[in-house]
Amino acid sequence: MSAVIDTAAKPEVITFTEAFSRALHDAMEMDPAVITLGEDIGDEEGGGIFKVTKGLSTKFGTDRVKTTPISEQAIVGAAIGASLAGMRPIAEIMLMNFITVPMDQIVNHAAKLRFMSGGQTHVPITIRTRTGAGAGTGGQHSDMLEAWFAHVAGMKVVVPSTPADAYGLLLGCIFDNDPCLFIEDQLTRTQTGPVPVKGEIIKLGKAHIAREGTDVSVIGYGRPVRDAMVLAEKLAAEGISVEVVDLRTVSPLDTETVLKSVAKTGRAVVIHEAPRSFGCGAEIAARIQESLYSELKAPVLRVASRDVTVPFSRVLEAAYLYQASGIEAAIRQTLEKRAAR
Amino acid sequence: MSSASLNPEASVAADSGHQPLRFYVPEPKCRPGSAPDFSGIQLPTEVLPRPPVDASQDQLHAYAYGLIRVLGDDHKIIDEWNPQLDANVLRKGLRSMLLTRIYDQRMLRAQRTGKTSFYMQCTGEEAIAVAQAMALEPDDMCFPSYRQQGLLIAREWPLVDMMCQVYNNSEDRMKGRQLPVFYSAKKAGFFSISGNLGTQFVQAVGWAMASAYKGDTRLAAAWVGDGTTAEADFHYALTFAAVYRVPVLLNVVNNQWAISSFQGIAGGEVTTFAARAVGYGLPGLRVDGNDFLAVYAATKWAIARARAGMGATVIELYTYRAAAHSSSDDPSGYRPEGEGALWPLGDPIERLKQHLIAIGEWSQEQHDALTSELTEEVKSAGKEAESFGTLGSKGTSPSTMFDDVYKELPQHLRRQRQQLGY
Repeated sequence: MSAVIDTAAKPEVITFTEAFSRALHDAMEMDPAVITLGEDIGDEEGGGIFKVTKGLSTKFGTDRVKTTPISEQAIVGAAIGASLAGMRPIAEIMLMNFITVPMDQIVNHAAKLRFMSGGQTHVPITIRTRTGAGAGTGGQHSDMLEAWFAHVAGMKVVVPSTPADAYGLLLGCIFDNDPCLFIEDQLTRTQTGPVPVKGEIIKLGKAHIAREGTDVSVIGYGRPVRDAMVLAEKLAAEGISVEVVDLRTVSPLDTETVLKSVAKTGRAVVIHEAPRSFGCGAEIAARIQESLYSELKAPVLRVASRDVTVPFSRVLEAAYLYQASGIEAAIRQTLEKRAAR
Repeated sequence: MSSASLNPEASVAADSGHQPLRFYVPEPKCRPGSAPDFSGIQLPTEVLPRPPVDASQDQLHAYAYGLIRVLGDDHKIIDEWNPQLDANVLRKGLRSMLLTRIYDQRMLRAQRTGKTSFYMQCTGEEAIAVAQAMALEPDDMCFPSYRQQGLLIAREWPLVDMMCQVYNNSEDRMKGRQLPVFYSAKKAGFFSISGNLGTQFVQAVGWAMASAYKGDTRLAAAWVGDGTTAEADFHYALTFAAVYRVPVLLNVVNNQWAISSFQGIAGGEVTTFAARAVGYGLPGLRVDGNDFLAVYAATKWAIARARAGMGATVIELYTYRAAAHSSSDDPSGYRPEGEGALWPLGDPIERLKQHLIAIGEWSQEQHDALTSELTEEVKSAGKEAESFGTLGSKGTSPSTMFDDVYKELPQHLRRQRQQLGY
C-alpha cells in the first residue's frame, strides 16, 4: 500500500483502519527509532487481526516489526526497555481488555519512570489498542477502560473521532516524549472521513472545536463525538445551536478549551461510551461546575453506557450502550431547564 | 482441624476406593530456637568442565543442577573455570566487596539513628554484583534488584551520590521521589530499581533487543531474587529471551530468603532455579555466588555466548542473605540465629581474601590496612553527604513535585502547583 495520499486516482476519503495504518507506515519512514511489536502483527501472520499493521513487516523488516508471544506484560515491558535504549516503540495490545495484563508495566513503570528517576529518563512509548461495544464481542473484548489510565499521573490517553484525527493523533503519540495510550474503535473502523495531510502531527493535549455553536456544549471523545456531529446538524434545523468539543486527548485534559466553550454556551452535556459511574465524564463535569457554577444555565449532564458488564446479546448490548437518542434527550433537557427559569 | 472434618461427604469419598487427596506445604529445615542445619545442602562433588560458549542447550542441562566453583575449601583453584585473573584485578574485586560491606554497615547505622527511614544491606552477597560488574563492560546496561549496590560501587560511582539518595537530602538526584536505596544512575548504566519485583527482567530483554537492532555492542544484564522467579515477568522474560535469542544475562540471586519465606516457598525444594531455564530452551548455570572467581567466570561465559549470537543465559547465584531483608525486618522471627555463619559456602570477602593470601598476593596486615582505609573513605563520604542534610532536615521544595510527571507541565498541574502557593 502506498502512503502517498494526494494522487488524483485515490478517493477523497479514507477509513479509520487506513488512517491508523498510514500513520504507522509514515512514522516508521520518518524515524528509524520507531519499532512495532505485538501479537500477530507481522505480514506472515496476516498483518494483524484488523490488518492495521499490514505491509509493515514486509516494508520495514521483522527486526522492526515483530510478532510476539502472547505476553502482553512482556510486550509493554520490552517496549519500555527498548525506549530506554533510544527507541520509540509502538506496542500493540490486540484488544483493550487484554491491557489489564500489562497494568504493572504501564502504571508502575511507563507512567512513573520520568518522575521517579528524577527526570533522568523517559519512556516515549505508544500503546495502541482497540475496543468498543456494539460489535457483539462480549464483556472481555469491548471495554472502554480509558478512565483507568487517565487516572494515572504521567500517562497520556488519546481517542480519535475521525480518520484524519486518527492519523495525526497517532503520529502525535508516537513522537511524544511521554507514554501514550492510543485507543482505536473497533466498531467504526470501516467508516470514512477526509484524508489527512501526510506527516501532519496533531499535538497532544489540545481539544478541538469540531463544530461551533452557541446554545449548548457537547463534550466528548471518540465514537460519541461522531454521533454528536450528526445530532448537531439535525438540531440546527430546529434552531438549536450545538457546539461540539472533541477532546482528542482525554488526559491531560484541555480544561481551558472546555471551560471557554461552556462559558459561552452556559450548558454542557458530557458524553462517553464507557460506563457512567466514575468515568471521565464525572471529572469533566466536576471541572466545569467548579469553575463555572454561577454561569451555568442548567446542570451539567452526562450521557454514558450502563454500569454493567458489556453483554454479548445484541439486544442486551444495545440496551447497555449509550445511544445517540440519549445525547439528543440530554441536549433538550439542558435547554428545557432554561425555559423553566 | 483435619481436612476431613471440613468435608461432610468424606465418607462418600472414602467409599470411592481412593485415598483422600493431599497437598504439601514446604517448611524450612530449621526455625528459631533450633540449631542451624545445612546438612541438606549437598555440594556437588563432580566438577563440570567449562563448555564451549556455542554448546547446544541440550549439552548444558547438567550445569543447571550442578554448582560451578573455582575457589575450593582450601582457598585454592579447583577447576578449569579459573578465569586466570591478574592479582590486581582480584585485589580490586576484594576492595569493592569490602567497600560495599563497610558502606552498608554505615548506612544501616544511619538508619538506626534516624538519618533515613529505610535501608537494605547485601551482606554475604557482595561477590555477585562486584564480580559481575567487573565481568561486564562498564557501559553494559544493568537492570538490578535492590541488593546490587555493589554494581555501582564496582563501577566507582560516588558514594556521596548514593548516600544523598538514601538521605533524601538537597543533593538527592531522585528529588525526594524514591524510596531510600532505590538508586538510579543512568550514567553508570544502572537502571531505576523497581518496587514491583521482576519488571526489570522484561525491560532488560527489550533493552538488549533494541541494542542489537541498533547494531550496538552493549549487552543488558538483569537481576532478580529467588522469590521473584514466581512472578510472571520472570517467565515472560525467559520466553522472549529464548524466542528472539536476546543478548541478555538473566541472573537469579538465590539467597535462600524472600523476606521471611525460605526459597522452598518459591519452588526451590523441587528443583533448582537455574533449571527454570531448561524448559525454555535456555542454558542455566548454577554458580557458587560466594565465590568471586566462579561468579566472574560464569558471567564471562554467558557474555561470550551472548556476543556470539547464541542469546541469553540464566545464571542462578547460590548464596545466603546473611543480614535481615531490610532495616524493617527481624530475621530472628523466622530463622535460627547464627545461621549465616554456618553457610557451607562461607563468606565471599573472606574467601577471596584467603585465596589472595594463599597465592602470596595479600596479607592480614594489608587487609587490615585496606579495611581502615575504606572505613575512612566511607566516613568521609558520609560527612560530606550529611552536610547536604539527612532525612527530613533539608527536603526538596514541593514546587518540584509537579516536574517530570510529563515532559511539559500540563494545565491542571500548573493550577495545582499554584494552589500550593508556588
